[in-house]
Amino acid sequence: MSNDVAVLGVGMHPWGKWGRPFTEYGVHAARAALADSGVAWADVDLIVGGETVRNGYGGYVAGATFAQALGWNGARVATSYAACATGAQALDTARARILAGLSEVALVVGADTTPKGFLAPNAGERWDDPDWLRFRLLGMTNPAYFALYARRRMDLYGATQEDFAQVKVKNARHGLENPNARYKKEVSVEDVMASAVVSDPLHLLDICATSDGAAAVVVASTEYAKRHGLDNPVRINAISTVTPTFPNTVMDMPQLSTDAHGGSEPERTFKESIGDAAYEEAGIAPEDVSLAEVYDLSTALELDWMEDLSLCKRGEAESLLRAGETTLGGRIPVNPSGGLACFGEAVPAQALAQVCEVTWQLRGQAQGRQVEGAKVGITANQGLFGHGSSVVLSR
Amino acid sequence: MSARPAIDGWFTTGEAPALLGSRCTTCATTYFPPLPADRQGFCRNPACSGEGFDSVELSRRGQVWSYTDAQYQPPAPFVARTEPYEPFALAAVELAEGITVLGQVADGYGVGDLRVGAEVELVVETLNRDGDDDLLIWRWKPVTELGEEADQ
Repeated sequence: MSNDVAVLGVGMHPWGKWGRPFTEYGVHAARAALADSGVAWADVDLIVGGETVRNGYGGYVAGATFAQALGWNGARVATSYAACATGAQALDTARARILAGLSEVALVVGADTTPKGFLAPNAGERWDDPDWLRFRLLGMTNPAYFALYARRRMDLYGATQEDFAQVKVKNARHGLENPNARYKKEVSVEDVMASAVVSDPLHLLDICATSDGAAAVVVASTEYAKRHGLDNPVRINAISTVTPTFPNTVMDMPQLSTDAHGGSEPERTFKESIGDAAYEEAGIAPEDVSLAEVYDLSTALELDWMEDLSLCKRGEAESLLRAGETTLGGRIPVNPSGGLACFGEAVPAQALAQVCEVTWQLRGQAQGRQVEGAKVGITANQGLFGHGSSVVLSR
Repeated sequence: MSARPAIDGWFTTGEAPALLGSRCTTCATTYFPPLPADRQGFCRNPACSGEGFDSVELSRRGQVWSYTDAQYQPPAPFVARTEPYEPFALAAVELAEGITVLGQVADGYGVGDLRVGAEVELVVETLNRDGDDDLLIWRWKPVTELGEEADQ
């Protein structure tokens, strides 16, 4: 039996720093997705919200907040939180009820309003919270973690700061015509190199901003899609939300240390296991992938993800980048949407935004950034505290 | 004026300071940061249900897993030691126990003094001040090999 569910509609509110309540963005994206699907809100029997943790009680119960804003319709409700993987976990919740036959058509929404600057921990003294301690004891910001990973690429594989800058140049070009992108401007290697170093070796333009934005997806059983007149919808083949396995020996944000390994490194890293689980569930191999939307919190992280998703061998991402293979028109375009480089991060919406982009790509509707003949797309992201996600879609 | 650790029970001070880990009395897996002494601890090895731990000193030396610096002042609850803010370096260091531990890099050293795989040693230095007290923290200090000293 197939475990696929159908994507009936997708929609977004443009990313930016708009400073409006997150509910406004969420409703905008939800209405766009519903319009795209042709499903009436009254017919939706499940709504799942991606929780936002910086917007008060309404954010903690995001599913209900969006349901009330759209007008109570009696649908079942759920709210998910999984840090950066929130949107994918929300989508997985919807998928599970649909595949169990408990729901037929679901609306999944994530939206965020973000403060300026570094993402800092919540207020108060919390001596047992690593996310608080890493700032208090070490001054360890998110970009500092990204920089650790970037530096390893340089010392182990010969990556250069110019390589990282080239990721930004590529993604900036990809996002130029994306109507939902926040930054739509060409960037040169020189621009990146001339921007301030935040955490060596990463420059300001290597690091993604925090943004406001919203994304929504309408999913349904394949039977419902057929009755709805869609014989060949985009399908979700897999959603991986695996946790790490012990021992987790790669330094993960916001931890101060890793687990101890008993003398030998585990076979797979956590990030590798995220993609592996998605491929296995989908029954699809990395060679079948037409495009990837990966979490470029930093430019260098995009290169890590290419290897974590087995799109190339460990240490080979720079050579693909330099050969133009990850650019539109290349063998395996990475972040055709423009990625976080062009969007900035709106945490509970971001994993859903990746799904929106892959859907448009598979439908051939990604105007100005279309991957020709796209058949299979994969997403990947990672969040705090053992969360991560990968979604495989195909048509 | 006195000096005290910025956090209790995570490291020793003195001539040869060391990080303090918790070793499971059932399966011998070692953890850092140590499990809090004032509450029930659980071994995180999925094959072990141990709840008893011994306090152990971790290796004082290790190899750099990676490194960076903080060229902008991190947000609160970080407390800068100086005004204006002075950047500092950070390193993740793999110890013989198989644990990689983050730490600031010792005063006077920056990213130019580090590389992946280089050896570093644990020292204790001042993180910042709280009233009249120096708050102490563990740091990683590059180990200068014999022969390199002559080049400096």
